[in-house]
Amino acid sequence: MNIIGDIFLVIGALFIAVGGLGLLRMPDVYNRIHAGTKAVTLGSLSVLLGIALLHPTWWPKLLVIAGFLLFTNPVAASIIARAAKISGIKPWRTEEQGGE
Amino acid sequence: MDHPQTTRTVSGAHYAFVFSISLLLWVLLSGSLAWEEVALGAFVSLMITLLFGPRFTIYNGIKFSFMAPLYVLLYLVHFFRELIKANFELAMRVLTPSLPIRPEMVEIKTTLESPLGRMLLANSITLTPGTLSVDVTGDTILVHWVYCPPGTDAKMATDAIAASFERHIKRFLV
Repeated sequence: MNIIGDIFLVIGALFIAVGGLGLLRMPDVYNRIHAGTKAVTLGSLSVLLGIALLHPTWWPKLLVIAGFLLFTNPVAASIIARAAKISGIKPWRTEEQGGE
Repeated sequence: MDHPQTTRTVSGAHYAFVFSISLLLWVLLSGSLAWEEVALGAFVSLMITLLFGPRFTIYNGIKFSFMAPLYVLLYLVHFFRELIKANFELAMRVLTPSLPIRPEMVEIKTTLESPLGRMLLANSITLTPGTLSVDVTGDTILVHWVYCPPGTDAKMATDAIAASFERHIKRFLV
């Protein structure tokens, strides 16, 4: 059980690391939000699952945390994207699409 | 955003739902099933239901039926499959040296009517492969798509992004 819990913790950390790398590599705010939302949501869920396996008595609270994360993460991402759009940031496009 | 259902009358099932959600949250957060805890939780949940029940119009879109929990479960299974797929796709794009993206803003139409249904759809879109909801105006969701195939129109985008989720959500929400 401990080993499986550790594996989930590592997987979660890896996804969050990929999310961070995505933040650095993506060209504009919208693409960065993609990296920052999806990878971090699944990464956090994986970490929570790992903790639930390591400390089985904590699972009800971890379940509540997971539920709140799943509901609030995408909302926060959408709101940031919406704010970016309202403040007039044009989405980055490839050369083939007529961008820079 | 418009709220078409704010004037609809609330049913008994609505109160029962608000009560059970509050009680469930209480039990999960207190982490104990001792009868004192549950009794106090039931009392607080009842107060919340009586005081705020009529104002929780966000839950109005729910179609109460015996099959609803099963449909929610099916939706969750579909959702988690898409979430995991989304992450591997994103990891692939981020780790590929050439960064294969072709971003585009597309508008998709939804036939869901309730605010909760639209919110759930927009959230699902945000967490699934390559798409991010930017804005919801009425029945139109503006979506930022990381890899939009050339020559995509609104109909194709709706089919590719929203159709499968909408089918699942429609079974338990208006």
